[in-house]
Amino acid sequence: MRRLLAALALSTALAGTAGATAIYPLDRATILAGSPFDLKVEFDKEVQPQDVSITINGQPVEQVLGKKPDFIAKEEGVNASAVLLRAAAFPKPGTYKVEAKAGGETKTVTWDVYATAATPKAKNVIFFLGDGLSVAHRTGARLMSKGMTEGKANGRLNIDDFERMAFIGTSSTNAIATDSANTMSAYMTGHKTAVNALGVYADRTKSTLDDPKVETIAEAIRRTSKKSVGIVTGAEVEDATPAAVVAHTRARADKADIVGMMLDVKPDVVLGGGSAYFLPKTTPGSKRKDDKDYIQLFKDAGYTLATDKTELASAAGTNTGKILGLFHPANMDVTLDREFLKKGTVEKFPNQPGLVEMTKVALNQLAKNPDGFFLMVEGASIDKMSHPMDWERALFETIEFDQAVGVGIEFLKTHPDTLIVVTGDHTHGISIIGTIDDNKPGPDMRDKVGVYADAGFPNYEDKNGDGFPDKVDVSRRLAVFASNYPDYYETWRPKMDGPFDPAVQNEKKQYVANEAYKNVPGATFREGNLPRSADTAVHAVDDVVLQATGAGADGFKGYMEESDVYRVLVDVMALAPAKN
Amino acid sequence: MAADPILAQSALPLSRRQLLAATGALALPVAMRPAYAAPAPLDFSELYGKVSVLGLSFSDKVKALKGQEVAMRGFMAPPLKAEADFFVLTEIPMSICPFCSSDADWPDNIVVIYLDRAQTFEQANALIEVRGTLEVGSWTDPNTGFVSLLRLRRASFRKA
Ligand SMILES: [Zn+2]
Repeated sequence: MRRLLAALALSTALAGTAGATAIYPLDRATILAGSPFDLKVEFDKEVQPQDVSITINGQPVEQVLGKKPDFIAKEEGVNASAVLLRAAAFPKPGTYKVEAKAGGETKTVTWDVYATAATPKAKNVIFFLGDGLSVAHRTGARLMSKGMTEGKANGRLNIDDFERMAFIGTSSTNAIATDSANTMSAYMTGHKTAVNALGVYADRTKSTLDDPKVETIAEAIRRTSKKSVGIVTGAEVEDATPAAVVAHTRARADKADIVGMMLDVKPDVVLGGGSAYFLPKTTPGSKRKDDKDYIQLFKDAGYTLATDKTELASAAGTNTGKILGLFHPANMDVTLDREFLKKGTVEKFPNQPGLVEMTKVALNQLAKNPDGFFLMVEGASIDKMSHPMDWERALFETIEFDQAVGVGIEFLKTHPDTLIVVTGDHTHGISIIGTIDDNKPGPDMRDKVGVYADAGFPNYEDKNGDGFPDKVDVSRRLAVFASNYPDYYETWRPKMDGPFDPAVQNEKKQYVANEAYKNVPGATFREGNLPRSADTAVHAVDDVVLQATGAGADGFKGYMEESDVYRVLVDVMALAPAKN
Repeated sequence: MAADPILAQSALPLSRRQLLAATGALALPVAMRPAYAAPAPLDFSELYGKVSVLGLSFSDKVKALKGQEVAMRGFMAPPLKAEADFFVLTEIPMSICPFCSSDADWPDNIVVIYLDRAQTFEQANALIEVRGTLEVGSWTDPNTGFVSLLRLRRASFRKA
């Protein structure tokens, strides 16, 4: 019996060891034919090169991929060996079974290499990404923007008329949960990856910049076509979502490096915030740790620079071809602050363009290319305002995002060879449950929450017809709550003095309710249901809704992984036409 | 249990300057001020003259106070280590989302504080007053790689 137990323990240990061998791309990866990727095998132990065997469909790897992988006897930081082959590619579609062996270790993965349609269905693709866009954001934006009478909406959002839809799974390779980096990376590469990663599989070495790469959509477009590429965001242009169009790093925080990656790919239009990472470290306001002046480097590469609304308008009129618009050192201010309350940093940067203007300029510029374009437009602050549960700001961002989609719809009317996709990268635990009515009796704010028949309808008004309520702090407003939260003070009202900051860190690195809101009339303490390491509400694992219209939109249906979305994008553009 | 920084500080012999400041030296007529007057107050809103997308420029006040003793009020950003001889002073309490931003996402108006000795921090989320010698210009901390433009050296702090 003892012997048996010992043997069992041994075999379990061995199985564990063998299971630790990793092959990147991971099992069930879907790879565009011809698209370069880095093949990496991480063995669990130090192995001898002569013991290593890597085969693809039974053939030696160098024979199939045309190159011999490098053998790394001992990887930095681990007592284990690895095999690495940079920029491999399968020109032919098919099923490829990769088997890695060394000593007692064996690992097998299977990849699906696919070709695209032979001829493109769409010349242009506009990919609208509402960061954190959840169903309640859409509902709230519609209620606020259009109003409702007797249970029927008084108007429709632009996204309400998209004929094709899919549910998208957003989980990461290392968790059911997700962040904007890996999920946008999956949309933009066709490969799922780990939380925080962009354009790479997350390997075990410490360096964030050496992980096995996969091709981004911008690189695929550069490699296979003469199309233009555009990036528009309200966030920093090197923030996770816009970065995913071009970048390769294990850590989205490598923003200074991401600026360099952006310059390598040279999207024709780049509009957003984040100038601090373009300035050399000697310039006050810089967030670089080197002397590189990326403003100058982009100018040298032929970009016209715009730093505010006025300069953007004149850059749009010039014929230089490439525009770099940086309108804020960090994330741009949100619509509610920019256009209505003049809070946040609007006083310092009073002339920031909005997402609608930026989308128009980008489309005008990109449409000059007879070969077409790929444009990514991010409604970044839907997420950035949902984290701190600043619901009014998040819903205003959603309305603005929808209006930017409207610019795309207008473009589609005159350019039917365009595919428009609107989706989110993850959801938030946001729900609308009724209204909050200041005129309801009762001393406590919770007594003013109306649910079911007591909810009635909110009393927002849009007399000037700009799509935004004229007044955000109306007496009967939407009751929006998060399913998850840190300790915070619930104020039951829009935050008129600037974006909400629910929790701050204490000396034990725990997040505690921000006392700044303690004395807001009616404020009540809510004890968090998240670990004390969470500073704000977190992303939900719930599926996101993808909607599509235009040429090739019928590729979206049912349940899809984000990586399947990429396949539709490259298919409509026919980036890897199947050859007979 | 970590040392209380206020206790730690008051355990030091109180300098004449601190004593004067504490007993309302600022109210004394200018002519009666000793040579080692209370440090010049410097507000976060006074750090920069021009603010633009292409960079900031230091205010005339900052340029004039370069190398001198100043007093600033603000919040201790979540320290990088439990015990250290430096921390970041911010205008408002900082909260950083680990998955939506990075530690590099400091606001631009920060001042790095180098204390005269390492100590344990317990002051986050509370308004503090820091006194130290104002240093101006880009400098990279050799230990952490942290790049800063404004620093207070030989600094001490207490609850404001
Ligand atoms: Zn987020």
